[in-house]
Amino acid sequence: MNELPQQLVNGLLLGSMYGLVAIGYTMVYGIVQLINFAHGEIFMTGGFGALTVWLILPGGTTMWVALPLMIIGAIIVATTIAVGAERFAYRPLRGGPRLAPLITAIGLSLALQQAVWAWYPGAKSSRTFPEIPGGPFHIGDVTIQTGDIFLLIAAPISMAVLGYFVMKTRTGRGMQATAQDPDTAKLMGINTDRIIVVAFALGAAFAAIGAVAYGLKYGEVQFRMGFLLGLKAFTAAVLGGIGNIYGAMIGGLVLGVAETMAAAYVSEIPGMQQLGGQSWANAWAFVLLILVLLFRPQGLLGERVADRA
Amino acid sequence: MRQRSLIAITAALAAGALTLTACGSRDDKGGDSAAGGDTTVVIGVDAPLTGDLSALGLGIKNSVDLAAKQANEKKYVKGVTFKIEALDDQAQPSSGQQNATKLVADKNVLGVVGPLNSSVAESMQKVFDDAKLAQVSPANTAPALSQGPDWNGGTKKRPFNSYFRTSTTDAIQGPFAAQYLFNEAKKTKVFVIDDKKTYGAGLAATFKAEFTKLGGKVAGEDHVDPETKDFSSVVTKIKSSKADVVYYGGEYPAAGPLSKQIKKAGAKIPLVGGDGIYSADFIKLSGKEGEGDLATSVGAPIETLPSAKEFVENYKKAGYKEAFEAYGGYSYDAAWSIIEAVKKVVDDNGGKLPESKDARSKVIDALKSVSFEGVTGKVAFDEYGDTTNKQLTVYQYKGGAWAPVKSGTFSG
Repeated sequence: MNELPQQLVNGLLLGSMYGLVAIGYTMVYGIVQLINFAHGEIFMTGGFGALTVWLILPGGTTMWVALPLMIIGAIIVATTIAVGAERFAYRPLRGGPRLAPLITAIGLSLALQQAVWAWYPGAKSSRTFPEIPGGPFHIGDVTIQTGDIFLLIAAPISMAVLGYFVMKTRTGRGMQATAQDPDTAKLMGINTDRIIVVAFALGAAFAAIGAVAYGLKYGEVQFRMGFLLGLKAFTAAVLGGIGNIYGAMIGGLVLGVAETMAAAYVSEIPGMQQLGGQSWANAWAFVLLILVLLFRPQGLLGERVADRA
Repeated sequence: MRQRSLIAITAALAAGALTLTACGSRDDKGGDSAAGGDTTVVIGVDAPLTGDLSALGLGIKNSVDLAAKQANEKKYVKGVTFKIEALDDQAQPSSGQQNATKLVADKNVLGVVGPLNSSVAESMQKVFDDAKLAQVSPANTAPALSQGPDWNGGTKKRPFNSYFRTSTTDAIQGPFAAQYLFNEAKKTKVFVIDDKKTYGAGLAATFKAEFTKLGGKVAGEDHVDPETKDFSSVVTKIKSSKADVVYYGGEYPAAGPLSKQIKKAGAKIPLVGGDGIYSADFIKLSGKEGEGDLATSVGAPIETLPSAKEFVENYKKAGYKEAFEAYGGYSYDAAWSIIEAVKKVVDDNGGKLPESKDARSKVIDALKSVSFEGVTGKVAFDEYGDTTNKQLTVYQYKGGAWAPVKSGTFSG
């Protein structure tokens, strides 16, 4: 059996999830130059939001009915927390030293993790997430799970909707203007405060969709799921060029595929057995990041160099 | 004005803090006198009480608590009241070491039960040994902890005098699983995976050695990062290797999702692991796909041992929220071995506990000769501090629960 097509699909699926989360990092950075380290946890709360909806729904509800409701639940929870964080944690610090909101973001990330750990029933260990019934699909050598289908459909649609929103709508163009020059945008009558809230909310909504995909794919959600995934998504955002929404998606896909390929094939290179295998996937992901940053500091599709934290 | 109010607030806070500390110390004294002039002996507990492995850790804590309560109820050691002090190590070696330092600093601590993870134990051993404080682990299975790093090369040397355990080591557990799989389950091609931690890598290595010695083939090997949940690249490799069984050295938080992903990808082969996956949480995490998976665990099934009936009943009666899980019986026995040792020290000293520093090293000496009928059978330690009980059991995930398949002792 030829493994390559399956490994490619594995990588693309993982990468799509990174991409969905990376959008939130990149949008917020593009507009307020803040690396929102709490974004991974906003992703996590989205997962728990979806789980809560599932638990409230009467038992025996089919996934066709439950899934849209769960997505809505996830989006509501994640955007509420993101907008709340913006309003109460980041806005008071706007205009202050750049380091202050960054540290706040890290603190918020820990606080959200611990809050879910402490107060969500049964969240002290993994909670099982409902799965879409139905067997896996086979296309040649490639097996695709039902849970992955959601990701395959959701990621491109999300991307298209976001592209349309940013390019074609008034608010979207306002976002572009604010990203280019917030002061001038304000002078031109754009309510930049509102634009920033929209950026946080949109990022959270995509993270929430990513979280539902995570739950469906792995069959569980847990309070720490946002930490490593957030870090990877942030890497994807930097890889693709932070500030660029298409860069986030491309960065995610490149990272996902590179990681999977490294895990699958590095150990087969003579003399590299020790550095192969899934446990080294993260190391290779960061090697890739370093290489890209060395030769293309602005990232793959980058707009500007991330010179400010 | 602003300045003044700030001062006022600071003063109020300081006063409040002082009052609180005062309350604290008064409470402590109250507790002591309530025990009727008894000396308080604290049994430290170190286990992951939060995080992925908390199911096992809380089982350990509750079981030690039960042992302490029963010793107090029976007035097992005259003039001594046992208390437990449970610290959370989150399965992290660094936290474990901090906890060890904390426990050493508390003069009333005469013995510690824990930790769960072999990697955490490594970071704690020296701290305890320096302070001559006895440590009895209910769950560490890495052989090097008690037999030195060269245990496999034939030169066994006990590195730390203060370290004991009630669980069997991987030197026995891995080969036991290999023999069962090769001889009885008739599996010949195995894919070996571990999580690179002390426990997982050691277990996988001992398993692999025995399996190849018996004539089995290793179809492939990989290491995973237990922090991630995406094992798709490994799963694809397993599928194309055509292995008929997967052996996983590691714990259930990764093993559960791994098993599920293997089966969902279309490789209908069982995943086999050690006591680290023998948990109800493995069943939850692997879902219905995990049916047929196997786990070895130390000792005979607790529920079937006559000696354990009382423990199971008392545990139920005490109304703990969490189940006692895989290590409950071993934790109870570990705690009880410390209680026995304290009793011996007190008896030898004319019914009184010696000074703390003295008492600690005397407890270690007493532990060496402890021997009693515990929950898991006879509890005694050999010259390395390992349990003399070499019983193991293979369990299978059947119909939503672990069912014992075969019990036995491993012989060479």
